[in-house]
Amino acid sequence: MTGWLSPADWDALALSLRVAVLSVILSLPFALALAWMLSRKRFVGRMLVEAMLFLPLILPPVVTGYALLALLGRNAPLGSALAEIGIVFAFRWTGAVIAAAVMGFPLLVLSIRVAFDSVDRRLEAAAETLGARGWRRFRTIVLPLSLRGIAAGCVLAFARAFGEFGATISFVSNIPGETRTLPIAIYELLSVPGGMTGVQHLSLVALLVALAAAASATAIAGGVLGRRNEEGAR
Amino acid sequence: MIDLSIRHVVGDLDLDVAFRADVRTLALFGDSGAGKTSVLNAIAGLLTPQAGRIALDDRVLLDRANSIAVPVAERRVGYVFQDGRLFPHLDVRANLVYGARASNGERVGDFDAIVALLDLGTMLKRMPTTLSGGERQRVAIGRALLANPRALLLDEPLTGLHSEARQQVLAYLTKLRHELRVFTLLVSHHAAEVAALADEVVLLDAGRVTGRLSRAEFTARYAAIAGVA
Repeated sequence: MTGWLSPADWDALALSLRVAVLSVILSLPFALALAWMLSRKRFVGRMLVEAMLFLPLILPPVVTGYALLALLGRNAPLGSALAEIGIVFAFRWTGAVIAAAVMGFPLLVLSIRVAFDSVDRRLEAAAETLGARGWRRFRTIVLPLSLRGIAAGCVLAFARAFGEFGATISFVSNIPGETRTLPIAIYELLSVPGGMTGVQHLSLVALLVALAAAASATAIAGGVLGRRNEEGAR
Repeated sequence: MIDLSIRHVVGDLDLDVAFRADVRTLALFGDSGAGKTSVLNAIAGLLTPQAGRIALDDRVLLDRANSIAVPVAERRVGYVFQDGRLFPHLDVRANLVYGARASNGERVGDFDAIVALLDLGTMLKRMPTTLSGGERQRVAIGRALLANPRALLLDEPLTGLHSEARQQVLAYLTKLRHELRVFTLLVSHHAAEVAALADEVVLLDAGRVTGRLSRAEFTARYAAIAGVA
């Protein structure tokens, strides 16, 4: 297998997996908080927040990448302020994580929100009469009963992040070993004479990861966690 | 002791109810739509009446005139819902201790005693979906009691159960009535269970109190439908 993929391809695969996993882990707390707000709270500007949430799904990814560059680039106000305290995203692998997180965020929030919406409010009322205040109710009732939706959202966001190309290449470019993710490596090989074998190999790897993600999503939807949620609905 | 006087008009609900009682078990008796469950919800804090005052013993839970509304989680009322509302992802033991854990160090109901009283010992590790309707209701009653409530609110606890389960749960409720010193407010449209459990009965119809009967008076008036002499 070592000879089947070049060291650079292995780097690209490892980077893509790292970026995708980290992007989900980093965005999960924010997604949980926003999904909760959208599911349970009425607040001014709610419709605007919902519209903004959909933007990464609707905008061309290259535009999202450009927006990130305009916001977090070295010459951008926020980017230069962060650079002064040693935090740089542009043209760094950490920037690829930010781009992947932004692109996967809507899928994560929407899945979790649907899961929160489907928790029986009467159970929360029962918990409240038993003395459980807000955070405890969330932790002991809402969160466990939403696990399936949260897990499914994580898989979707992971898959979106793993396949991210447009926003990533706009924001962090293509730097081997730093920002050259698997989709970018495939794109690069496509334009190189004799690169087709590498394209095929990397595409097969991408297919395997996608199948694994899809299988996980299916298993979560119909598997153990799913059954637990269905018990709740009965 | 309960002292309640509430007014609430929203949509089809037109509630204007007042009663005061100092008995062990009080029943609210009336047809569906009489406003019985809304009264329970107001006591538990799940419904905030537009006007009124609710006090349990010497504790004011609600006083709209003085802007007092104790949060639901702090009212310490044990609410047994008509549909049980056991937490589906927790086993029976975890359901039972849910309220006990939430009461923050205050003395809670004795777990072993409640489990013995309701014969729950053999089902502690089971999940709610594997329980029969009657078993679920017994767990719901145990869970409410273990939260060490000032009052136990029973919302049609036997509705939806088949006759055997109904008799079984009724027997447990009768046992509780004798063994526990907790004020119980029973909501029901079944004369038999009211006759079996209540010391005093408030009759409700279309959101208004239409009468007040002692247990003997209730039994005499509703003997035919209650199936008691």
